Amino acid sequence: MTQVSMTVNGKSVSGDVEGRTLLSSFLRDHLSLTGTHVGCDTGQCGACVVHVDGEAVKSCNMLALEADGAEVGTIEGQANADGSLNVIQQAFQDHHGLQCGFCTPGMVMSAAALLKDNPRPTETEIREYLEGNICRCTGYHNIVKAIMAASGQDVGAIAAE
Amino acid sequence: MPKDSGIGASSKRREDVRFLTGSGNYTDDINVRGQAYVYFLRSDIAHGRINSIDTSDAESMPGVVRVFTGKDFEGVGGLPCGWEVADRHGAPMQEPPHPILAQGKVRHVGDPIAAVVADSLEQARDAAEAIAFDIEELPTVTDMKAAAQEGSVKVHDDLKNNICYDWMLGEADNAKVDEVFANAAHVTTLELTNNRLVANPMEPRVCVAEYSRGTDEYTLYTTSQNPHVIRLLMCAFVLGLPEHKVRVVAPDVGGGFGSKIFHYAEEAFCTFAAKACNRPVKWTSSRSEAFLSDAQGRDHVTTIQLALDAQNNFIGLRTDTYANLGAYLSTFSSSVPTWLHGTLMAGNYKTPVIQVNVKAMFTNTVPVDAYRGAGRPEATFQLERVIDKAARELGVDPIALRRQNFITQFPYDTPVALTYDTGDYNGTMDKLEAAADLAGFAARRAQSEANGKLRGLGINCYIEACGIAPSNIVGMLGARAGLYDAATVRVNATGSISVMVGAHSHGQGHETAFPQVVAEMIGIDESMVEIVHGDTSKIPFGMGTYGSRSLAVCGSAMVKATEKVIDKAKKIAAHLLEASEADIELKDGQFTVAGTDKSVAWGDVTLTAYVPHNFPLEVEPGLEETAFYDPANFTFPAGAYACEVEVDPETGKVTIERFTAADDFGNIINPMIVDGQVHGGIGQGIGQALLENCVYDENGQLLSASYMDYAMPRADDVPFYTVDHSSRTPCTHNPLGVKGCGEAGAIGSPPAVVNAVIDALHSGGKKVEHIDMPVSPSRVWAAMNG
Repeated sequence: MTQVSMTVNGKSVSGDVEGRTLLSSFLRDHLSLTGTHVGCDTGQCGACVVHVDGEAVKSCNMLALEADGAEVGTIEGQANADGSLNVIQQAFQDHHGLQCGFCTPGMVMSAAALLKDNPRPTETEIREYLEGNICRCTGYHNIVKAIMAASGQDVGAIAAE
Repeated sequence: MPKDSGIGASSKRREDVRFLTGSGNYTDDINVRGQAYVYFLRSDIAHGRINSIDTSDAESMPGVVRVFTGKDFEGVGGLPCGWEVADRHGAPMQEPPHPILAQGKVRHVGDPIAAVVADSLEQARDAAEAIAFDIEELPTVTDMKAAAQEGSVKVHDDLKNNICYDWMLGEADNAKVDEVFANAAHVTTLELTNNRLVANPMEPRVCVAEYSRGTDEYTLYTTSQNPHVIRLLMCAFVLGLPEHKVRVVAPDVGGGFGSKIFHYAEEAFCTFAAKACNRPVKWTSSRSEAFLSDAQGRDHVTTIQLALDAQNNFIGLRTDTYANLGAYLSTFSSSVPTWLHGTLMAGNYKTPVIQVNVKAMFTNTVPVDAYRGAGRPEATFQLERVIDKAARELGVDPIALRRQNFITQFPYDTPVALTYDTGDYNGTMDKLEAAADLAGFAARRAQSEANGKLRGLGINCYIEACGIAPSNIVGMLGARAGLYDAATVRVNATGSISVMVGAHSHGQGHETAFPQVVAEMIGIDESMVEIVHGDTSKIPFGMGTYGSRSLAVCGSAMVKATEKVIDKAKKIAAHLLEASEADIELKDGQFTVAGTDKSVAWGDVTLTAYVPHNFPLEVEPGLEETAFYDPANFTFPAGAYACEVEVDPETGKVTIERFTAADDFGNIINPMIVDGQVHGGIGQGIGQALLENCVYDENGQLLSASYMDYAMPRADDVPFYTVDHSSRTPCTHNPLGVKGCGEAGAIGSPPAVVNAVIDALHSGGKKVEHIDMPVSPSRVWAAMNG
């Protein structure tokens, strides 16, 4: 066991982990931050995306020890200080960008990373960026729409009905 | 003006807040103090005889609580099949045992041989490696036509062959069918495959089971679409436990698409092991394990023939299908290629003579069962592909050919056992033609051609039988369960309402849509109504969610229960208002005496129900009602879809450029949610048509066993969709007039995509008749250059 320390959602945390403990497991099992989901075992589905030092990272593809000393952000830390949904979360609700909710934390975290680098992405840019996030429920329509809306773009013209 | 609340409003989903903030409560988020972890040792060969299993080394490994094998389950039942299909001669299907852990033989890669329970998952996994076993590898059969041959390798030694049943529906007299085809002006024949798929909800399956010696009670948390069904099957058929001592909870469930309907071995195992080990146990499937243990979908091989007269009227249809059931009968597997498939072969058309034959096979592959659409996509695909081929052979417009043969009079008795209550297929097609801008297609094709691409337009229709199902009808057809549902409307003293429903929401938004109905009926704010689901200790006995049934069946029960509540509340209001009950009206949460200004508010009546100081003597205190609803018929959502593709003639790559769906779902409670359901179905249908394929090699090894190899649709594989559900013929036999929308997209979209690809190739002078799904670049390129 090795001690690992990091900042998660602005709070200092530490724990004893095995060398093989994944960051996703550390978040879920050690810190009880179960909003980060694990949907596959090959680094493909993106349900486990978190931010490590500001970058979107698949937390199932990173050892907890690799995050020692890092600033980690998870879905639990995304809401506004008053507890209300942030702009991206609110856009997902407004545009029905989620159904079962399982891929949603990863989608929101990926969307946040995208918009940080590219504040007004095109539809094509969003779709390409989300290559690493699989959703089985929405057919992606409303996820793409929500991210466009969150970036301040007019989505009224995107046909829904 | 769109409404902002109640029936017809796009109310935002209240469940989203917890999902968007990481506060959901999925089964893997549940941990019970002292829990041990389960690891299943699964067969890595597709067929073998178990000569011996030695667990002694594993049992002495660190942290191991106990190791189980098939021998531990000799005293309990196997996993049951919920539907007995009779073959064409009346004999019951062949029904082999389906043990919790393999007994005697392993029959597919992934068949569980043993299970280790240990203090940690890592210890369980390490110990599983120390299990010594001698399994003699046997020849395998994975191809269903090969499995049907006499002398084939037998998956189950005790059965007479691999044929589960040879089933027939429609015109049984071959001579009559032959005569129709002999007299036809034109016959179109098509052989096709409906590719095997893996449902792949993003949440893998999980079970957490605990047992209390003090009370002899069990709790199983499981990723299920129907917790009561799981409890009944597990208690009555597998473990022999009294239902009242077992609580099954399906909390937030991360998608199902059918694959979480079934009672799986892991559920029974964990429940059994929790008592045997006197410790809570937890099993979390990895995705790799899900590919080997979740029931898979589709996998049909079909020859279909359509006979037309000289005026292009459909006069006969004959279809012969081989269906792959895998190694064992999953819970509803037997019903999918038969009653959920053959009965849909009339489609939207008045074909007078139809004969359906299905031969269902056991093979050394993972069991196959319902996946979104379940039988209906297979029916729609073959029918709509053969119609498209016929139109091309005859040189007629594919829409005109369909319109000419549409059923236009309702109710309509099909030759394959269903009665369509209502529909307007021409009206729905009109909506599609407008929404898809079919008039502009020629210009778009010219533009694509100018860019060096081939552009194709694919049209198809679909009909589905949803709102599953009238118990008396399915009982006659072999179902071993009723398919009603139930709801309890519990009004609290202060007027808020808890509605306990048998339906289960795993993405469908019931927590939002169901309250819209109750709130509208009473005239109160939606926020005063809460839906409780997914816990057998809280909800009445209901059958859960699948087959696009939640609103049509459980919603109807909820309406009935709410009506009972309102009737009783009116009695109380009449007493308070000193008026006749017949004169009481309820509107906007106020009870009024007709023709007067006397009124009493909903909250005053509900408070009186629980503080009955001034109360009618003949009425019981309290305000809570339960209703069960058994539908009189299936519901019949129907639609017309259009897909436009571009094909790159250099590479064979297909790009979906436009996709338009025009659906008739009857009445709609929440249009936003309905749009989302259709989007998701189309996404899965495009996945089947272009990308997804579950492939076994000849040894039964699953070649597509991870997201590296099984091509899930990603955001850049699909376009924005255009969805129109303004064509509405309300269901005639349920109180809300709803039909169901959950499966439509997955049923209606695959043929549209393939029809479009074929159309594109023809526009480029390539006379390709058919390409099997997935229509991958290599297959398209080969077809163009073959």
